[in-house]
Formats: sequence, structure tokens, C-alpha cells
Amino acid sequence: MHNETAIQNMTETATRGSLFRRVWNFYIEGFKAMTVGKTLWAIIFIKLFIFFVVIKMLFFPNFLASQASSDEGKAQYVRHQLTNNK
Amino acid sequence: MTQLLLNVVDWSRAQFALTACYHWLFVPLTLGLGVIIAIMETMYYRTRDEKWLATTKLWMTLFGVNFAIGVATGIILEFEFGTNWSNYSWFVGDIFGAPLAIEGILAFFMESTFIAVMFFGWKKVSPRFHLAATWLTAIGASLSALWILVANAWMQYPTGVTFNPETMRNEMTSFLDVALSPMAINKFFHTVLSAWVLGSAFVIGVSAWMLLRGRNRDHCLRSLKIATWVGIAGIVLTMVTGHSSAVTVAEHQPMKLAAMEGLYDGGRDQAIVAFGVLNPEKTVDNDENPYLFDFSIPYGLSVLAANDPHSFVPGINDLIAGRSINEAGDTVSTISYAERIERGKLAKEALAQYGEALQSENTARQAELRKIIDDNFNHLGYGYLERPEEAVPNVPLTFYSFHFMVAAGGYLLVFLFVVLAMLYKPQWFKRLRKLEKWGYYLAILTVPITYLCSMSGWIVAEVGRQPWTIQDLMPNKVAISDLSVGYVQTTFWIFAVVFTALLIADISIICRQIAKKSKLDLEKDHD
Repeated sequence: MHNETAIQNMTETATRGSLFRRVWNFYIEGFKAMTVGKTLWAIIFIKLFIFFVVIKMLFFPNFLASQASSDEGKAQYVRHQLTNNK
Repeated sequence: MTQLLLNVVDWSRAQFALTACYHWLFVPLTLGLGVIIAIMETMYYRTRDEKWLATTKLWMTLFGVNFAIGVATGIILEFEFGTNWSNYSWFVGDIFGAPLAIEGILAFFMESTFIAVMFFGWKKVSPRFHLAATWLTAIGASLSALWILVANAWMQYPTGVTFNPETMRNEMTSFLDVALSPMAINKFFHTVLSAWVLGSAFVIGVSAWMLLRGRNRDHCLRSLKIATWVGIAGIVLTMVTGHSSAVTVAEHQPMKLAAMEGLYDGGRDQAIVAFGVLNPEKTVDNDENPYLFDFSIPYGLSVLAANDPHSFVPGINDLIAGRSINEAGDTVSTISYAERIERGKLAKEALAQYGEALQSENTARQAELRKIIDDNFNHLGYGYLERPEEAVPNVPLTFYSFHFMVAAGGYLLVFLFVVLAMLYKPQWFKRLRKLEKWGYYLAILTVPITYLCSMSGWIVAEVGRQPWTIQDLMPNKVAISDLSVGYVQTTFWIFAVVFTALLIADISIICRQIAKKSKLDLEKDHD
């Protein structure tokens, strides 16, 4: 009985493994076969780098987080903004 | 100080408009072309004719270029919410977060999974599975758009929420009210169906360019037939949903409808301006004629607004004065903008005092103030206005954008039916053979016209609801963060440069691909 379970587990693992391998190969072979796609991927990675590393980190901080650390503090800050000097 | 504040508002708005406009250059082509290539691949699946496969693959390549360049351009808008529009982001609470989170999950899992199968899976998965992946990519793109449009519709018609003065946030009470509001439903169908028209115009324009050069005639004719049918379905349904959108706008944003028509003094049996030029001297304060000249269709606006030729449509002055006309024809009073301003100030003042009551833990006072806030919350935004006229949007921009959109939509309807007739009844056009070349040029010109039409629709939707970030609740001037003008200007120009570079890359790669692929014999060589 134990042997049967072990064999079943090994088969499931192998099947899962082969599925992951198939998916992995699917993407790798797909990327290798691309022509115009390589240029596009270069553009995508450059774009994502500019968006998330340069623009987001340097120019787009979470403004409220810089004003207050807790939710109560943020609520108080927004209340002040919405009821004063506007 | 006031001037400085206005500048920050204007720059923040300009920055958001810039990024949204650039984002919208990519999105409708993805939505429209996605459906067209899915239908083309369905034709291949049903006939197993390699020619359909060649046609599908060509358009799929162009779809891929546009998708790759456009992907993640929308994320910038979310950056701006967090930095430039932080008061709004906090105030709006989970209402905006939930649809955007669903959009993110759908966009990531559905589109990124199935688009990979679409491009990499031609000889690796069964034709049926590949076809399913292509359709799911198209459907996934539309579902992503749905959640963005639900969030946008809530800003135009806030519903399904209750405001919590303690947390200063709106809290969702009914997800269904938010997701299925008439504003959201109409906006989704009107926007996505108009994208079908844009995808159609793109395929027709590119095919016309290839025909002009005498390349791949059979491929072009196949493409034209599919694109034209999709375009006709799209433009007819866009017009139907445009009408239902107008009914919703008349009900929930009557000031926008009045601005769309340049209507200052409304009435029953209200005509619609089919074509007109606004009088630049006209303001809410004077009695000048609103139009230098106009050609109007009797009863048109009453029908558009309420499906009733005799219904009352309020103008800008009626809305400000709180004037309406009932079914018996008697003038009756509704709430004026002056009263709204008073009630908005009451809500604003109560909100300030609620903060003090919270700090002193005076629960009885909190309950009193809560009642004042609840009773006047629907007018809160007016409390930030000094004069009723501040609640009037830019009439010329809204008016001309609306009329351009309608005129271009009418042109597209005629254009698509003419293309359809040329495809199926070419004998009708034998005498016009000499003009064939000009027909191709017109088809190419139709591509930018369709983009402008699509963009005009967004200008009507967004400029027409000014000065509100959230209709009636929050004007732009309190929605923005306390940033310096220079900071917003800097990021504006960074985005202008980055997005322009992306647009140039998109257009140049697409043009190169079209030129390259069109030189191949697509009946034989399509890999």
C-alpha cells in the first residue's frame, strides 16, 4: 500500500514537473523564435525601467505617506486639506 | 497664492490629460483589432484555408506591436493619483481601489497568459485552443477596460457608497451599484464598441495603402470584409449606446449636457444644434445670443435627453437658478446653485468641526455634526465654490468636441456602408473607377479622423464634467496634493518626452512592419 502511494506521488510529481517544463519550454522557444518581438521586449523593459525605477521612485512618492504614517494621521491631514485654505 | 493654486490645478489637470490621451492612443486599437483578428482566426479555424491564416498573422503582428508599446502606459495614471491627487485618492477610498485591483488581476493573468499562447502557440497547441486563446485575449482586454470605466463612471455618478467623516473616506455599500450603474454600463459599451470602429478604420486604412501600391489584393479584400462588418456593427451600436449615454448624462450631469449643446436657456420641445458656431461674447451674465449661427433640428435635444420630444431640457442658466418646467408647462423651482453652495459650506464646516469633536471625544456632538454632513453631503463640492458660475465647464471646448464627435461618427457610418457596397456590389462603382485612388487616400485619412473622434468623446466626458473630480462632491482644486508648480511641470515634461518617444516607436515599428509584410506574397509566405 505504501509502495503504491509512493509510486502515485512520484507519478504526480513527474506529471507536474513535465507540465512546468512544458510551459517553461513553451515560453523559451517562443522568445527564441521571435523576430520583431525582440525589439519590442527591449522597448518594454526599457519602458518599465523608466516607469518603475526612474519615474516612480524619483518623482512619484506616496504623497500622503510623507505627511502622516498612520491612517488616523492621514485622515486628519486630508480633513485639514479639505476644510482649510481652499 | 490663489494664482499659484490655480496653476497647480491646471498643471495637474494638463499632466493627467496628457498621459490619459497618450494611453488612449494605444488602448482602442488593442480592443478593436483584438476582435477583428479573433474573427479572422475563426474564419481560418472553420475553413482551414491557409489564406485566412496569413491574413490573421499579419494583423496579429500589428496588434502585438501596439500591445507591447502600449502596455503599462496606464500605470502612470495610478502614479499620478498617489502623488498629484492624494486628497482625492484618500477621499475616494476603496471605490477606486476595488475595480482597479480587479483590472490589474485580469490584465495580468488573462491577457498575459493568453496573449503568449496567441503569439507562441501556433504549432504547439491545437487550433481550437489557439482560437480560444485569441478570443480570450480580446475578451480579457475588454474586461480590463470594463473595470477602468467602472471607476471613471463612479467619478461622474458617485453611487453605492456612504461617506465616513471619521476616516474621511467613502466606503462601498453596494459593489453592484458601483459596477452596474447606468453610467458604468453605458460608458463601457459606448467606449468598447467605438474601439471596434477604430480597429476597423485601421484595418481599412492599412489595406487601402496596400491596394494603392498594388500589393496582396486578395488579402486586402479579405481583411476589408471582416473589418467593414465589425466597423458597421461597432458604429451602429456606438450610436445606440451614445443615445443611452446622453439620457444618463441628462439625468445625472445636466450641466454637461447643457455645455455640450451650448444651451444657456432651456425649455420644453428643445431643438438640438446639428451645426453651429458659438458666440464668443456669450457668458452666463449677459443676454447675447449663444450662437453666431446655428442649424438646429426641432425636438432633437428633448428626444436625445429623455426619449420624449416635449420633455424639458434645462440650460446653464436654468440649472444655476434652479429652474425647471413641469409636464403641465408650469415653471417650478428646484435647488439653485447658490443654495447648493450654502449647503456645501454647511457640510464643509460640519466636517471641520467633526474633527474637533473627534479629538475631544464628544460623541453627542459627533452625532449632531454627522447628521448635518449626511443631509448636505451631496452638495459638499459646491462648498468650495465662490460663485455659481464656477460650476460651469468650458462650453466652447465641450460644444465643439461633442459636435465633432457626432459629425465624425456620422461620416464613419456613411464611409463604412460605402466600403461595404464597394466590396459586395463593385458594379455600382464602375463609373467611378478613375476616382479609385482618391478612395484609398480617403480610407487612409479616415484612420486619424477616427482617432480624433474617439479622443473627442473623452474630451466631452471629462471636460464637460468640470470643475469636478468627483461629480458634485469634490472639485479639482481640493482633490490635488499640496505640491509646487515646478514639481508638476517637471513631471509633465518628462511624460511628454517619454510618451512621445513611445508613440514614435509605435508608429515607426508598425509602419515598418506594414511595409515589410506587404511586400511578401501573403498567400504563400506568412511565417
